[in-house]
Amino acid sequence: MSMNTQGRPTGTGNVTSSPANGAALLPNEPLLFEIGDTEHSGVDLPDVSIKRDRLGGFSRTLPLDLAGLTEPEAMRHYVRLSRLNYSIDSGMYPLGSCTMKHNPRLNEKMARLPGFADIHPLQPVSTVQGALALMDQLAHWLMTLTNTAAVALSPKAGAHGELLGMMAIKAAQTARGEGHRKVVLVPESAHGTNPATAAFLGYSVKAIPARADGTVDVTAVREALSPDVAAIMLTNPNTCGLFEPQVIEIAEAVHDAGAFFYCDGANFNAIMGVVRPGDLGIDAMHINLHKTFSTPHGGGGPGAGPVVLSAALAPFAPVPFVQRTESGLELVEHSEGEALGRITAFQGQMGMYVRALTYMLSHGSDGLAQAAKDAVLNANYVKARLQTVFSVPFPDQPCMHEALFDDSFLNQTGVSTLDFAKALIDKGFHPMTMYFPLVVHGAMLVEPTESESKQTLDQFCDVMLELASDAIAGNMQNFLSAPVNAPRRRMDETRAARSPILKWEREEVVSEAAQ
Amino acid sequence: MTTKYTTDHEYIRVEGATGTVGITLYAQEQLGDIVFVELPSVGKVMKKGDEAAVVESVKAASEIYSPVSGTVTEINTALNGEPGLVNQDPHDGGWIFKIQLSTPTELDGLLGEADYAELTK
Repeated sequence: MSMNTQGRPTGTGNVTSSPANGAALLPNEPLLFEIGDTEHSGVDLPDVSIKRDRLGGFSRTLPLDLAGLTEPEAMRHYVRLSRLNYSIDSGMYPLGSCTMKHNPRLNEKMARLPGFADIHPLQPVSTVQGALALMDQLAHWLMTLTNTAAVALSPKAGAHGELLGMMAIKAAQTARGEGHRKVVLVPESAHGTNPATAAFLGYSVKAIPARADGTVDVTAVREALSPDVAAIMLTNPNTCGLFEPQVIEIAEAVHDAGAFFYCDGANFNAIMGVVRPGDLGIDAMHINLHKTFSTPHGGGGPGAGPVVLSAALAPFAPVPFVQRTESGLELVEHSEGEALGRITAFQGQMGMYVRALTYMLSHGSDGLAQAAKDAVLNANYVKARLQTVFSVPFPDQPCMHEALFDDSFLNQTGVSTLDFAKALIDKGFHPMTMYFPLVVHGAMLVEPTESESKQTLDQFCDVMLELASDAIAGNMQNFLSAPVNAPRRRMDETRAARSPILKWEREEVVSEAAQ
Repeated sequence: MTTKYTTDHEYIRVEGATGTVGITLYAQEQLGDIVFVELPSVGKVMKKGDEAAVVESVKAASEIYSPVSGTVTEINTALNGEPGLVNQDPHDGGWIFKIQLSTPTELDGLLGEADYAELTK
């Protein structure tokens, strides 16, 4: 019998055959530990002949305690799990403010080119000139599309980019001797990360109420401005799906007060190629490559949230960045003067850079503008078809890339926004964004993106209208019991939050603890 | 003993120089199931309107503001293990903290029973 380094015999051990009840297509998938046991190793490794400890006494002495499965067993577990999931590749994903657009397969092909995929961040710069050229081009087009003076590519996500943008503002004010500015204005219709970012940097947050039409009033901004205000963080188009009509006046008022204008670029897909945010007076804006530029949203990563900066903030851009020299492209890795240092290890998410630039180049400037216009058209189509039944809180102007509804059409039905969203799962669609933005009651925020055809939009609208008439007809039970056609039924969200189980424990440990 | 209300849906039940603070029946209904309550520390000195506690429900996290100025004298530690008390019994078992009032005249600026009922109609 061969033993691996953990002293475990090679073999299958007690492997539970997984898809119970012959449910090969909709498995009730157990955990890895419930499939295999921890007493065996599923991989046949040669016995170790060198007994000498070469880890300076740090080699593991406790059992590994991982389930020992063969490669096919492990593979099947994860593939079966993936079949329980819903993704943009399996159906429409109308999640508002998330821009769940199609991830073109051309992006994937380009990202797998060995010159991009197989390089190491510590490789000599002379051997990665192609990759640097790609970063340089991406930076160029991001600055061109936004009419800004500098860009930091390295932030790993939108919120990370937001943090960097606000750090640049803080650094600029400190350099000017205006470190006393401690207040950041955040309109109610802003993304939830905005106040969190400001608070994280030690600012106090002052909310600006939304007008009755869902937009920000420049008069309210002027009233809130004072010598203590460092910046405003405005989302445009805002989370009500509306373009801020007074954005230029707001920018002027903010600048006149000596403050900076941070724009949350999460909704850039609505205006990409049509409006350059630099022309509106922004000083910093992050761009979610996984939203606007079609890189995958992934299971929490890898993301990329580059930040563009105005001329006033450009000197504070962090390292690294690519610089052209006579001998080729160089990576500037050390900051000088007032610039911020690094905010990530290495250079950022190369694979996302490739995908985003592929999307840009395959569309061209006309194609990007067309994509933005189609995204707006699709959202307005959904709004127009649904507004006969659904309640539209801000009906007076066309929406941008997303259509917002509130729950007043469900009054007296006993069906909540949550119940409605669960019922949508049974009909084969991912739910819309719920209860956000907070400015309307029981919000439902639908963002179809430009990816969906009219046929798919019609299917979605038909289902939404069917559900609405079902709710209004008094069939409350259909909603309260939903979802029924999903791998899992309705979750007990209260119990999940009050007594979460965050760590798997072996059954005997759990029963011992109970005794 | 008298109970006053804020427009942010906190109540304060005053006995002598001490007030018991919590959120109203209406507020807990709006929030839905409460899953976590962050309590202030005993001895914390607060001004009227300062953030005193945080109540987290399945829907949202909401700050609880102190209805009056004073010093926290006692906190309802039962809420650590059983935050649902705020839903079941907001005015009694689900109280959040007790405060020694430093400026009792501030109570005059709060809402009475009838005014609060009007607000939440």
